[in-house]
Amino acid sequence: MSLAPTERVPAATAPAGRRKPPPTGRARPGRRRVLTRRSVPYLLIMPAVLGFALFKAYPIVASFWISLTTGNGAGRQFAGLANYRRLLEDPLFWTALENTALILVVQVPLMLGLALLIALGLDSSKVWLRPLWRLGVFMPSLTGLVAAGVMFSVILNHDAGLLNWLLSLFGVDRVDWLGSPSWARVAIVLVLTWHYTGYNAVMYLAGLQGVPTELYEAAKVDGAGPIRRFVSITLPQLRPILLLTVVLSTIGTLQLFDEPYVLTGGGPDNATLTVTMYLYNNGFKFFDFGYASALAYALALIVSVLGILQVRLIGERR
Amino acid sequence: MKPLRTTTSATQTGTGTPGVTKPDATTPDVATPYVIRSVRKRRSPLLTLMLAGAFGLCVGPFYWLAIAATQDDKDIFSWPPKLLPGGHLMENLRGLEESIGLTRVLFNSVLVAGVQTFGAVVVSVLAGYAFAKFEFRGRNLLFVLLLSTLVIPDTVMLIPIFQMMMDIGLIDSYQSVVLPGLVTPFGIFLMRQALRSMPDELLDAARVDGAGELRVLWRIVVPVNRPVIAALALFVFLGAWNQFVWPLIALRSPEMYTLPVAMATLNGLSTTNYAHVLLASAIAAIPVMVLFLFLQRQFISGLLAGATKE
Repeated sequence: MSLAPTERVPAATAPAGRRKPPPTGRARPGRRRVLTRRSVPYLLIMPAVLGFALFKAYPIVASFWISLTTGNGAGRQFAGLANYRRLLEDPLFWTALENTALILVVQVPLMLGLALLIALGLDSSKVWLRPLWRLGVFMPSLTGLVAAGVMFSVILNHDAGLLNWLLSLFGVDRVDWLGSPSWARVAIVLVLTWHYTGYNAVMYLAGLQGVPTELYEAAKVDGAGPIRRFVSITLPQLRPILLLTVVLSTIGTLQLFDEPYVLTGGGPDNATLTVTMYLYNNGFKFFDFGYASALAYALALIVSVLGILQVRLIGERR
Repeated sequence: MKPLRTTTSATQTGTGTPGVTKPDATTPDVATPYVIRSVRKRRSPLLTLMLAGAFGLCVGPFYWLAIAATQDDKDIFSWPPKLLPGGHLMENLRGLEESIGLTRVLFNSVLVAGVQTFGAVVVSVLAGYAFAKFEFRGRNLLFVLLLSTLVIPDTVMLIPIFQMMMDIGLIDSYQSVVLPGLVTPFGIFLMRQALRSMPDELLDAARVDGAGELRVLWRIVVPVNRPVIAALALFVFLGAWNQFVWPLIALRSPEMYTLPVAMATLNGLSTTNYAHVLLASAIAAIPVMVLFLFLQRQFISGLLAGATKE
């Protein structure tokens, strides 16, 4: 790529009558330009291409190669598909996948549904103080995952946590949010929902405000009720944004790591172990890079397949 | 007033800078009420109450966090929970300085997030400009390659990048944290979309007047697109400030830790002092909140730019 710019002759040595004068011309005498219109694009993308090659393209390829090897450091050996075979027979991998899938299936629809409701509320002129509510619901998505995790590890505390105290006001017994396998999953879902609902709501709100008002007016004239208008106008108009949020949420949830890492450490009894967390443990606790890379590729495969499916299902229905 | 319709047919129409800089979402939309609304402007207390409820659920934890940061460990776990500020803020700050070296860790975080933001924005603007305004061989292929990495989980790249950093001896350095974050496909994409809508005549006029390419970029492209660039900078900063997994892997010595990493290690200790950890998370949240409050408009327009154009 960097070979292409033919005009990159150092200004001092450039002969006066070159074959191709810089097309943008008008160079004052004595100020010959290194940056001509032909060389410029290559110079502009050079940093991006360098970074891309080093930190995206190379790692993606190298990761695949590593996934075909076993052993450590100098003792690394080619092992074909051994890591992938091991993966298929690894009960912990399946547990992690199951946990991740369960969280995905429950959390994403819950979150997006709530987000849509909030967006509809924020879009309605029947509501007082809308900017304030919008600001508030967006705030959680600004917090880092670790900060949120730490905060909720105390709020969800069994003996003295804020949530259990609030529940006790309604006569509900203390819940062992982080200590029992099933409640720990619920806790993860709760925290994720708290964290990202507002973000999605603001995206939907943007979409809602882009819907041409004439459509609603026309429907109103034709006698369509609020539900009919929602189903026949709002939802189809929002489809591109709905698709985007579904795909992004799916990718995000499948790569879930920080929250369980901070909140539960994957426990209790591996109930909140996620695929990325298992990958992290294998790679950076046991230093089994080969197996960790195989896990990464399995995950990438799952993410792409789901992404394509979603685009097919929601994207091109017409 | 014609209503802006940037989001209706998402991909084609919403490319303009105007659509990005005029965020319908940030201004109360009094200008374009639905007809239904303008006919009867009844307010609904119930609906308002429900939104206030959502607001409370979202913001409540922050209030509690602020309270908890001023209490000592005993108070945090008292029953019923204390809901008014305590008097231990300074004590907690001192404790945090002792346990994780708060000043140093904050310095690391600011440095890493600042440099990464600056670098990623520069790289994105340069590349976005090239992709938007120049014809060159391999342009489309390169752009598609770049975008396709968006769907590949970052975790795939962790191990090779870790090995690479080990090999060149950069593990446990600021560079190791910053470098991989400099190329952001999203940023390049965002800038390309924004710059595409700049009229070529504007650029050519400057060239005819004798401006070099760098001058065109710096004097025309950057100022005209300042809002988008600001939005991008905010997003990159948010990501860099909060990033966790990679710094956790790349950094070894506690004096190199960024705030999230330090927080997580503090949390993992068996003798966790929760007052300290909670104060640390409050501190981590402050800069982002302040930035957001001041730059809400840019923030949301950046969000929309991504939402309507992808």
